[in-house]
Amino acid sequence: MTDAAQLNTLASVADERPTRNASSWYTLLKPYIGSPFNAVVTFACLWLIYRLVTGAWGWLVTRAIVEGGPQTCKAAAGAGACWPFLAAKLRFLIFGFYPYDEHWRPALAVLLFLGAMIYSMIPRFWSRRLLWLWLAVVVTCGVLMYGGLFGLTVVNTTNWGGLPLSFMLSSVGLAFGFVLGVLLALARSSKLPAIQVIAVVFIEMVRGVPLVSILFMASVMLPLFMPDGVTIDKLLRAQVAIIIFAGAYIAETVRGGLQAVPKGQHEAAASLGLGYWLSMRKIVLPQALKIVIPPLVNIFIGFFQDTTLVTIIGLLDFLDTVRSAMRDPAWQGIAVLEGYIFAALVYAVFSYGMGSYSRFIERRLKTDHGHGRH
Amino acid sequence: MSKMITRMVAFGLAAAAFSVFAAPASAQATLEAVRKRGKVLCGVSPTAPGFSYADDKGVRQGFDADVCRAVSSAVFGVPDKVDFVPLNTNVRFQGLQSGEVDLLSRQTTMTFSRDTSLGLDFAPVVFYDGQGLMVSTKLGVKSASELSQSAVCILPGTTTLQNLEDYFKPRNIKYEAVVFENPDEWRNAFFSGRCDVITTDRSDLASVRAIANDPKQYVILPETISKEPLAPVVRQNDSNWRDIVSWTVNALIAAEEYGITKGNIDEQLKSKDPEIQRLLGVNGDLGKMLNVDNKWAYNAIKQLGNYGELFERNLGEKTPLGLTRGPNQLWNKGGLIYSPPFR
Repeated sequence: MTDAAQLNTLASVADERPTRNASSWYTLLKPYIGSPFNAVVTFACLWLIYRLVTGAWGWLVTRAIVEGGPQTCKAAAGAGACWPFLAAKLRFLIFGFYPYDEHWRPALAVLLFLGAMIYSMIPRFWSRRLLWLWLAVVVTCGVLMYGGLFGLTVVNTTNWGGLPLSFMLSSVGLAFGFVLGVLLALARSSKLPAIQVIAVVFIEMVRGVPLVSILFMASVMLPLFMPDGVTIDKLLRAQVAIIIFAGAYIAETVRGGLQAVPKGQHEAAASLGLGYWLSMRKIVLPQALKIVIPPLVNIFIGFFQDTTLVTIIGLLDFLDTVRSAMRDPAWQGIAVLEGYIFAALVYAVFSYGMGSYSRFIERRLKTDHGHGRH
Repeated sequence: MSKMITRMVAFGLAAAAFSVFAAPASAQATLEAVRKRGKVLCGVSPTAPGFSYADDKGVRQGFDADVCRAVSSAVFGVPDKVDFVPLNTNVRFQGLQSGEVDLLSRQTTMTFSRDTSLGLDFAPVVFYDGQGLMVSTKLGVKSASELSQSAVCILPGTTTLQNLEDYFKPRNIKYEAVVFENPDEWRNAFFSGRCDVITTDRSDLASVRAIANDPKQYVILPETISKEPLAPVVRQNDSNWRDIVSWTVNALIAAEEYGITKGNIDEQLKSKDPEIQRLLGVNGDLGKMLNVDNKWAYNAIKQLGNYGELFERNLGEKTPLGLTRGPNQLWNKGGLIYSPPFR
């Protein structure tokens, strides 16, 4: 306060600079309308934004069709959004080809899953018990989705689709991929040459090809290598492909964290008499993982969206149910954008959730200061 | 302790995964495997309007889906013992070869090389399609030979571009192919005038035209530039299963020829016509020869209708696709659809 006041007097004495209060609007706007050119650009942009916002608002809300069917929307010829499409298709968009009367099962599974996720996001509940909770949740979700027990009818994985499928592929893929990634990262920074070479070859090979080709390998090539009469479920194959791919990427990120942990930490752990695994688990990895939270979340968000690639091997993920719904002959060509807008919203909500949670965790673990002083 | 538990859990999960998902798919005894499983695994298009698509309740509908259901009716007596397996164009044959599906009913063109070199057998043709060309009436073109220097909108399909080249090149017609990955963009490019011509199979052209704001503004040219007979496919060397699929299709066709419909089939049971009696299992033991119930054809027709009913319900003029029967009319009404006799 006093410093600022002093500076102010000094400045006004020196060149009689206009005081802040009098010209705050001017200083604020100067970069935008200071010169004629800037002013033109600014107003052009404002006009564009205005047009975009009013146009979008008109299409999404004022001119939108809220009630009716395909014919009402077709008559409007795209003047406004066709929300009846979403209303008619909502359950299909979310659950795909899962039998209609059994929709409560994937719904319950998704709720359980989200509940467990939110529960385990709260630091107060962090303990070993979470592992058991997740085991129970995963088994329950599996039974709910597949059935065959407790009088639930069996629903083959070929009928799974929509949001439950996307959640499953990305969360299981990332959970197992994370474990695989940490192991690979440790292997790659190992002092044993054989293990190091295996890790390097694995990581570089997997990173060297696109996810699409790994999925194709899993869905097209693998069955041809299997002995006669044995087929592994396609969903399982895709899931393993995603785990492997995620593992390779996470490994490199984690390795970055491992390298950032000062050598003194390793030595200190060794001098305490801790063995390799114990020193990694108690000393090195906690610090390494803390450092790489932002890039890890980056990978997580990316993979959540990359799972949409499974559509190329005929699995109907959430984005693909949207596309399928648009191909219903009754609606084809009538509702084109509405489904995508819905999908974008869902993906945005979940990605934003992951991003905010990672910022919360970073604050809580104080990565920027805590480093090296655990 | 905890490590051991983790290991046990991991092992248990792996074992469960394999036992649940391992399914027998021996080449010789598809029928036996199907019976044991209690379901027909039917490979279909992920989405193809009119042939295989989801209705509002997420039930797979369409002409191809109904063929699968007819096979289920023939084998199990009910139409819903089918698990539909969506297969993309590029993996459909592997899906069949590897035993992922028992039957492929997904708009697959029967060709010489597919039949001879892929270890597959084709059932009778269920739909005679062919690549066609559609233009705006504003262009004033009545036939493909009048086209010149035109931009043609195509999808990166299996043989679309090849057929176009094969047709235009010997006729010295110059054209420019504009390829779109996304069907919506492809259609809109044509509607907005980016292309003069849009080409794909005629059945799809009809659905493109149905979507237009003013369908009368577009005309499908009379030329069919390729032959696309679509037929169900099964694995080679299992003649019993192939017979079941083939004769189920034939039964639907024969039913239309003899005037047997979903509605009147129970009256037809009293028919004096010996062929109808054999078909519906009133007399003879055709079903036993196929190793299925003697009422197999009755069940399929009763639950799904005859060939004509399948066509009208999924593709016909009252549907948004609005297809006319054309070559898919019965042989005695000027079409190509024909079933060998049931005797």
